[in-house]
Amino acid sequence: MNKWNRFKAVPIPKQPPQVRIYNFNEVALGYSEEQALMEAERCLQCANPQCVLGCPVEIDIPTFIRLIKEGKFREAIVKIKEKNNLPAICGRVCPQEDQCQKYCVLSKRGDPVQIGRLERFLADWEREHNVEIPEKKPSTGKCVAVVGSGPAGLTVAGDLAKLGHEVVIFEALHEPGGVLMYGIPEFRLPKSIVQAEIEYIKRLGVTIKTNILVGRLYTVQELLSDEGFDAVFIGTGAGPPIFMGIPGENLCGIYSANEFLIRVNLMRSYLFPRWDTPIKVGDRVAVIGAGNVAMDASRCALRLGAKEVHIVYRRSRTEMPARKEEIENAEEEGIIFDFLTLPVAYHGDESGWVKKMECIRMQLTEPDETGRRRPVPIEGSNFMMDIDTVIVAIGRRPNPLIQQTTPGLRVAEDGTIIVDENMQTSIKGVYAGGDIVTGEATVISAMGAGKKAAKSIHKYLMGNK
Amino acid sequence: MYRIVESREIAPAVKLIRILAPEIARKAQPGQFVILRVDAMGERIPLTLADWNITEGTITLVFLEVGVSTRKLGELKEGDAILDLLGPLGNPTDVRNYGTVCIVGGGVGIAAAYPIARALKRARNKVISIIGARTAKLLIFEEEMRRCSDEVHISTDDGTKGYKGFVSDVLRKLLQEGYGFDMVYAVGPAVMMRAVAEVTRPYNIKTIASLNPIMVDGMGMCGACRVTVGGKTMFACVNGPEFDAHKVDFTELIRRQMAFIQEERMALELWEANKRGDE
Repeated sequence: MNKWNRFKAVPIPKQPPQVRIYNFNEVALGYSEEQALMEAERCLQCANPQCVLGCPVEIDIPTFIRLIKEGKFREAIVKIKEKNNLPAICGRVCPQEDQCQKYCVLSKRGDPVQIGRLERFLADWEREHNVEIPEKKPSTGKCVAVVGSGPAGLTVAGDLAKLGHEVVIFEALHEPGGVLMYGIPEFRLPKSIVQAEIEYIKRLGVTIKTNILVGRLYTVQELLSDEGFDAVFIGTGAGPPIFMGIPGENLCGIYSANEFLIRVNLMRSYLFPRWDTPIKVGDRVAVIGAGNVAMDASRCALRLGAKEVHIVYRRSRTEMPARKEEIENAEEEGIIFDFLTLPVAYHGDESGWVKKMECIRMQLTEPDETGRRRPVPIEGSNFMMDIDTVIVAIGRRPNPLIQQTTPGLRVAEDGTIIVDENMQTSIKGVYAGGDIVTGEATVISAMGAGKKAAKSIHKYLMGNK
Repeated sequence: MYRIVESREIAPAVKLIRILAPEIARKAQPGQFVILRVDAMGERIPLTLADWNITEGTITLVFLEVGVSTRKLGELKEGDAILDLLGPLGNPTDVRNYGTVCIVGGGVGIAAAYPIARALKRARNKVISIIGARTAKLLIFEEEMRRCSDEVHISTDDGTKGYKGFVSDVLRKLLQEGYGFDMVYAVGPAVMMRAVAEVTRPYNIKTIASLNPIMVDGMGMCGACRVTVGGKTMFACVNGPEFDAHKVDFTELIRRQMAFIQEERMALELWEANKRGDE
């Protein structure tokens, strides 16, 4: 065990890279009680804590850390769950370095308190020591439909159920959890953890109906008029993958990151043929893009047996949108980063399989509207890369079905749903939040939106009495 | 769970099942499909609706037992259940009065063609149907198609029933004989639909094909089903499944349908070996 140091974070044990690239088990193993106590001890218990300001769901961070120090783990997790119904998930996938931990005073001189790791420790501790269900408010007799069971939908549903409303979540896929199930890989967020957190939401009284595509089986209007709901929350998230529109993009062996990750995570293709859904990964894989999804896809490809996996990114290292931690994990595992490189065409063999990727070199010029230096192609710098699998991870558009089938719903030019400061859409009683409103963002920001929407929906329903 | 109320073999390795799904039956329209999963480790399989009954609350599916998933589905009997069923999906057929329409169905595609022929007949079209299979024993839904068609023409590859040749050959013959069609609708194997498109192209007849690419989620999220139509990439699940057949890149569709053929074969061999082991 390392010596305790106020300015040095207690490292989290991880599976070694040379081991983990051969399995889908979780990479970060979590703190032991001793490690959690050591890390909690570093917290200065500021009189004016800045960390809380960085939390989209306003968790009382200093208090839960104080409770850890005092060895009161049960009280500590209850404190978190006052604000956050999904701590085992957030402790694993929140970008704490850009939120709570960014504001920790310790970060001025050293490592910030590892708030996320402590949150995860408590959530995991609770799961092993019996999860307690908070007392519910008496039934209000009001009924809310939640469309989509991702982070936004689960949050809104949990909060409204605690307040005494009847809540039904409609999920189009066969398993609830949205991106937590189909998007984020097992080695970063084990599905059993997601299932356990969803079980908690169900125990709060929420009903989840899978295999129901709202917009096809019922419209939003029908939920209100025929199915007897008093309010609707739309949390349908990001959907259609974006392709670059370059020649050869429909060759076999070219996946959207969505397809690749849905096959691997939701359909458990890594267990094929025990599970029925196949996946095919060649020896040399190129993943286009450098966000978290690209990191996830590249690391899945490696675990599926690829010999060489390249992240191909048109900008440079500093502009990569992925979390630092995920980039480090990918590098440790041997993912190769090709910066300032842009694919311009794919070339296939006679049976229609991708064999070569034609790229052009880029250079960075003046900053663009995002503040990042704009990449421009260097003319005549085209070159070929031998590859047999491509995963396109350059983003997704909002799911369009609800917008298309709900007359009167105001939609922005980019396809997102427009809401007011209370998360209400242009239709009374219909609320929205998460990626369907903001475009692609994080799990925690979707949860923040869900919390806000739950407050507004509660107010709306109780005012209706 | 979704209960199977009827299961029978209507031709060798071709099964018809009826599933209790009242809400889907209530919303179903011609040309739409469902996605189902047999069990907890199962694949998501897209199947076009062959029929539905609002009073009984059932939907009818017809499929060829080709791989592990369809074999598993085919083994289920009346009273068994499937784990997951999602639908109706995809855009419905544009049903209106075109005048005279020709419905071309090949193989199990004839079952998918049936609700479309029926709807077009109800919309007061003159319906000429061409249905075909490899051999007479594999020809399905003939009676159903006769009920909603003004004429039914039959072809088999081996000549055991009707014209010896392909449905596209019959279509060519009818056009040469002077039949005038205001719309041709093709559903079946991709090679058949490509052949139909090539027959009608010189005549400039509006031709619609119902495409059957590989799908995973079936609601626009994965892009596995992308097809090139008129040079543009479309998702068959949400932009289709029906497209202007003259604009579809069928060669690409056929290649993409084969993307996992080795894996599918391997899985089937393993499944069959395990079955033999169990017996």
